[in-house]
Amino acid sequence: MSTVAKPREVHHAPGVHAAPTSFWRKYIFSLDHKVIGKQYLFYALFMLVIGGVLATLVRYQLAWPGRPLPFMGKIAPDGMPGGVMLPEYYNSLFTMHATIMIFFAIMPILIGAFGNFVIPIQIGARDMAFPKLNMMSFWVAVPAAVVIIWSFFVTGGAAAGGWTSYAPLSAIQPKGQTLWLISLLILGLSSLLSAVNFLTTIINMRAPGLTFFRMPLTTWALFITALLLLLALPVLSAALIMLLFDRTLGTTFFLPAGLVVSGQPWPNAGGGQVLLWQHLFWFFGHPEVYIMILPAMGITSEILPVFARKPIFG
Amino acid sequence: MRLPEQASTYAPDIDNMFHLIMWITGVIFVIVELLLLFFLWRYRHRPGRVATYTHGNNRLEVIWTIIPALICVMLALLSRRIWDHIKENMPHDAVEIQVTAEQFAWNIRYPGPDGKFGTADDVTTLNQLHVPVGKPVIVTVTSKDVIHSFFLPEFRVKQDAVPGMHTRIWFEGNKVGHWEIACAELCGLGHFRMKGFITVDTQEDYQKWLAEQAAAQTAEAPAAAAAAAPAPAPATAADPAKTVAEKGGSS
Repeated sequence: MSTVAKPREVHHAPGVHAAPTSFWRKYIFSLDHKVIGKQYLFYALFMLVIGGVLATLVRYQLAWPGRPLPFMGKIAPDGMPGGVMLPEYYNSLFTMHATIMIFFAIMPILIGAFGNFVIPIQIGARDMAFPKLNMMSFWVAVPAAVVIIWSFFVTGGAAAGGWTSYAPLSAIQPKGQTLWLISLLILGLSSLLSAVNFLTTIINMRAPGLTFFRMPLTTWALFITALLLLLALPVLSAALIMLLFDRTLGTTFFLPAGLVVSGQPWPNAGGGQVLLWQHLFWFFGHPEVYIMILPAMGITSEILPVFARKPIFG
Repeated sequence: MRLPEQASTYAPDIDNMFHLIMWITGVIFVIVELLLLFFLWRYRHRPGRVATYTHGNNRLEVIWTIIPALICVMLALLSRRIWDHIKENMPHDAVEIQVTAEQFAWNIRYPGPDGKFGTADDVTTLNQLHVPVGKPVIVTVTSKDVIHSFFLPEFRVKQDAVPGMHTRIWFEGNKVGHWEIACAELCGLGHFRMKGFITVDTQEDYQKWLAEQAAAQTAEAPAAAAAAAPAPAPATAADPAKTVAEKGGSS
């Protein structure tokens, strides 16, 4: 019986993709979960240094109030003219320190770096469920960092309303606050894509026999973290968009009637509710503390049993 | 534990609660840390000793879950009583004062002789709050612009001043003295210097001070009206606050 030679269709197992051939594909726009994990690590470490510098400036001001730092007079002539820190620049420093440490350092290290690196290995998968989405998560996070750093150099300086950005203070701040909102919106999209990827991977791609209750605790922690991200982030994004509209399009979600700023009636005030921002923000903010601590607890629960030489229980 | 001076009648209640929680958590903290160190030392690695495997101890786990739960319930019930006293039950026959925060000052308003706010005989001051000793005071807190927080550390009073909302709080000064009003919510570049003063007077001094303020205000009023400029003199600065209060109250 003669057979017609047909090109064999290649069926890849989920997550399997061809080995990269070029430098760009291997190190920059990589689909490999380990490479993306390392990219997140360097991204987060870079932002950690920036956040650390901001904290150092805050501490410097507290230790030696008003003592000039000449080089800062050159880097930030508006905020530290002649190297002497202005009050609004101080507010910017701690606001941006907290924002950068929480969103750009802790989360990318624990979730982006460890999550991407460890999850497929621990559950016996070849890669994440959606490698291209994974690459996109990282490369969406990059412009967010660019925008947040850029905001230091716009008129009026970076956001200075605290990392919680309570309205209406955040509604009447200079332009840096708008960039803060845009940056966190972009970063929120990145985290959301990661969360979807983590959940799909953990639910669908565990090795045969690896039931949920046999799953390593680090992966469990990252699983719950991804679930929390998926539920909490859209609420934050909604609040960010509402505040962005209040600032740019004249809506009044958070601006009650009769708002008077510096003796002048605020142009678009009326009908808003100040506390709405706090409710929306903390709907995200409360899970956020677990989003930050759970992966670290998962990692700890994995390391301790190894060095104590006995399985963990509880 | 050193806390600020107690200048209001309910300051001891709050401090007692604070100390109780401090002691419970402090003792547990010390026990846990000592046990941690003890176990580290007791079960350290020794050649030839093999780790034993345990599935845990259900009875122990139930005990260390139920005890903290009971402590929490007890603290909740105790603090509920204090909360009712401070936050829910407003005293009768109290001095009424309005405090309207703005970047970066406290506008204080007294109803004046007719006992009504928003009339010509209102007495307004900037950053100077005087209250009589031994008499409850109800303060209606609001804000013109952003969120501030009306904080009297020595009175154990802290209340957010939220634009568009009017929040009523009360306290009773139990000793004569002069203390600081601090802003406890980041409110912009002048937050660090947003400071007022509270003076607890004897009844006579309080009445005398109120009369002085009223007299100074009537002397000042024609001048302020003549100026009629947007520059916010203390007397005119209170007017937008009134607008906020009325509009905010109706929404």
